[in-house]
Amino acid sequence: MDAATWGLIVATFVACFVEMVEATTIVMAMGYTRSWRSALIGTFAALGALAVVTAAAGYALANWLPESALQLAIGGLLLIFGLQWLRKAILRSSGRKAVHDEDAIYREEVEAAKSAGESKGGLDLFAFMVSFKGVFLEGMEVVFIVLTFGLNANNIPAASLGAAAAVVIVLGIAIALRRPLSMINENLLKYGVGLLLASFGTYWAVEGIGIFRDGRESLNWPGHDLMILVLLAAWLLLSRIFVAALRKPAAPAPVGASDLAVEVKK
Amino acid sequence: MKFLKAFGQFWYDFIIGDDWKIAVAVVLALLVLFAAMTAKLFGDTGLTLLGGALIIVAFSISLAIDVRPKKR
Repeated sequence: MDAATWGLIVATFVACFVEMVEATTIVMAMGYTRSWRSALIGTFAALGALAVVTAAAGYALANWLPESALQLAIGGLLLIFGLQWLRKAILRSSGRKAVHDEDAIYREEVEAAKSAGESKGGLDLFAFMVSFKGVFLEGMEVVFIVLTFGLNANNIPAASLGAAAAVVIVLGIAIALRRPLSMINENLLKYGVGLLLASFGTYWAVEGIGIFRDGRESLNWPGHDLMILVLLAAWLLLSRIFVAALRKPAAPAPVGASDLAVEVKK
Repeated sequence: MKFLKAFGQFWYDFIIGDDWKIAVAVVLALLVLFAAMTAKLFGDTGLTLLGGALIIVAFSISLAIDVRPKKR
């Protein structure tokens, strides 16, 4: 297996890992407070819907778009995702945005589940819908990342392997621990994924602009794929400069304020 | 109508997210690159390097707008 394939597997693994941690928190909250049966039915229904979306979107993208259009559309979207993740990572690292906290999210989901009232009938609709929505929304981002990386690198199986490995590992940890996976440094992982998406997105979006010139050929970066490493270094350097420049001096926290220093929404 | 609105909202949240400035920055950077390519200012090497630099600058500007001190 070459370095590019390993890079592809690692990128999709880390991206999927982060999203899976968030989805698992929601499903666990529903399972423990409402109904495991309904939460798991919601989860599998969402996974089924994601499989249909993946197959349909993958077929359409691979067969209907020329390569440079694919690079522009997918690179552009990947770039927007990546820069949004990077923006949040910079703001969190510099103390300007609340840190994402799975424990706080879990507590909020549990509160919502308790206040939703009892369910009548066999299926707890609240647990089903919340689990379905959580898994589907988090999963959509994974599907998009797997498709974009896989199609552009012409290796959907490697991208899927990275994502599948993340699903298995997160589920394994969740089943073993039986509590939210708050020990995982999700903010650091998101920072890493943001850097990867921004680098690949920049590379492909710029290449894809070639769709608008005669012959519709992609632009060629000097050094070809090696340039992705240069872009990665550039984004890392820029983000560190921003973190250093924007860092706020730590102020003493008022009593009882520690719970506020976290983000309870994505 | 309600479905269409929800459908549109889903895709807006999915792609644009909570900061529209990032999407605008990316689109503007690619538009400038497109203009440079159409004007045949550079070869492939020059255009790709310009594209990379434009995206980095556009992101930096959007982040600078984000963290600027708010007027009271």
